[in-house]
Amino acid sequence: MRRSVTVVATVVTLGALIGIGIFSDSQHILTLSIQTMVLAALASSWNILGGFAGQISLGHAAFFGLGALIARELWLGGTSLAVAVVVAVAVTSVTSAVVGVPMLRFREIYFAIGTLALGVAVFITAGNLWPGISSLPAEALRNYDFTGPYFMALGVLVVAVVVSIWLKRSKVGLGMMTVRDDEEAAKATGVDVFAHKMIAFVVSASLAALAGSAFAYFSVSYYPNFPFSVIWTLEAILVVFIGGVGTIVGPLLGAVFFIVGRDALPTDIDEFQVVLFGLLFIVVVLLLPGGLIEAADRLAPSKKRETPRPQQTNRQQDKGKELT
Amino acid sequence: MSSQLILQSLVSGILVGGIYGLVALGLALAFGVLKVLDVAHGELVMLGGYASFFAFTYWGLDPFASMPLVFVVMFGFGLGLYLLLFRYVTRTEIRTRIKNSLLISFGLVLVLQALAVRFFTADERTISTAYSFEAFTIGPVRVPVVRLAGLVVAVVAAVALEWMMSRTRFGRALRATSEDWTRAALTGVNVRRVYLIAFAISAALAGIAGSMVSLGYSVSPNIGLGWTLNALIVVVLAGLGSMRGIVVAGVFLGLVESLAGVWIGGQYREVAALVLFLVILSFRPQGFFGRAHA
Repeated sequence: MRRSVTVVATVVTLGALIGIGIFSDSQHILTLSIQTMVLAALASSWNILGGFAGQISLGHAAFFGLGALIARELWLGGTSLAVAVVVAVAVTSVTSAVVGVPMLRFREIYFAIGTLALGVAVFITAGNLWPGISSLPAEALRNYDFTGPYFMALGVLVVAVVVSIWLKRSKVGLGMMTVRDDEEAAKATGVDVFAHKMIAFVVSASLAALAGSAFAYFSVSYYPNFPFSVIWTLEAILVVFIGGVGTIVGPLLGAVFFIVGRDALPTDIDEFQVVLFGLLFIVVVLLLPGGLIEAADRLAPSKKRETPRPQQTNRQQDKGKELT
Repeated sequence: MSSQLILQSLVSGILVGGIYGLVALGLALAFGVLKVLDVAHGELVMLGGYASFFAFTYWGLDPFASMPLVFVVMFGFGLGLYLLLFRYVTRTEIRTRIKNSLLISFGLVLVLQALAVRFFTADERTISTAYSFEAFTIGPVRVPVVRLAGLVVAVVAAVALEWMMSRTRFGRALRATSEDWTRAALTGVNVRRVYLIAFAISAALAGIAGSMVSLGYSVSPNIGLGWTLNALIVVVLAGLGSMRGIVVAGVFLGLVESLAGVWIGGQYREVAALVLFLVILSFRPQGFFGRAHA
């Protein structure tokens, strides 16, 4: 029952997305869709490390930026797009594996602070090394067509989701969730904690680089250090938690909610939107740790829940320890 | 490289480090006692900076004269923040507590920053007083008055905090709570009140740090993250939970940045400090003054 619903929903969503890509002429809709899909892919990639493996990274933008940087430089330099993307993802995955060795030795809060420090250091360095704005050449600008970037973003999103689903069902993914829920218990049951964190870290970074290369292909002009900005990390985390951390659909739902919501809100006061999303995020963390997904589940309580979600297990553990 | 330049950058580094220590004091208090990681601490510094800027602009109050006022205002703001938000976080078990406080304070960063842009505009503000550009010279070295004042305020605040922690009844409750809140509660400490006051003091310390920032540096809505990151580095270097080494660790960070600015180039001073921080964290995660496995 539940499975068939999922299949139908997937087919309909994918069909609708392909349909928009082929038939829509509205630049507005195409731009919003591309932004949503890139953010959803980035959020899904963060979710693998943060939601599945429980390692809160605040430096995720470093990999998004690295992917964007390499893909853009190669592509504008004349390499074919496919090669540029493959190289970008490959270089980022190797880099993340190297960086992961010292980073993953940091636990919990140290990991968050360490990745934040790394992200900021990379951001400043990128700004120093590539100070000039990166724009598409006039020729490409005149013939700019949304179809290419649109389907690339869709492809990237599909890859991110498929990898997430596969991970969630695989033994490796189970290992990650064990590490997230209780590192000591994971160790005791024979799970190689470091290896599982490392896989999550590298897969997450590679998918972020993939999302970054979609951003690089789509964007007309930006400063090369912009994709390295901590804003991307923050938006990814916001989206993941609003949607539902540790789930497959959560990051996607969160991204749609975020981009469409931002578009629908009055634009004359930009700050108003940020305040609203910031407050919503706080409310979700405090009151609805499962995000929108959990809210939907609560509204339709007859459905069986597949796997327990991270926050809930924590909350149950905490019950006995509450201050009275 | 002239020795005068190095000497000057050593002095500048120490003075800057004073402010780093001052910003980090509040963060260390919140983390040490409440086990709450408030990444919006830099935003509280920003608000304190604005408070003192507006007190100067509209009432002509000197930032040193308005400092007690800023302290009180930010103390009140801290009370409000705790009652509205962090109260719910401190009810959970330590691991969830750190994670959730990180997350909600990150939401708070977005909110406070956006509100600051809305109400205070994105302009950079600096207080310029009659003595803003005064400096006295010791031999070849120039010492700007306002930065020296920042270091003095940091040291005074650290000593006052230390005195409160070690000599007062409230300080004893504070230490007991930070060591083990369940046992503190069992011996009759009102843990919730300790949390509330500790968080408010943390915000108030951020506020007076902001006063010094608006005087010696500048205030704009987006300065928060930079100060938070510096403060986090200082707190980790000193050792999580250790209050004593904070100003020393702050001065260390200031020195590293300053010397890196001379040797590697100004645009890489922060990068050098961040990389050095990561290296130190790798080899000595308990910090300079913390105990191993603390």
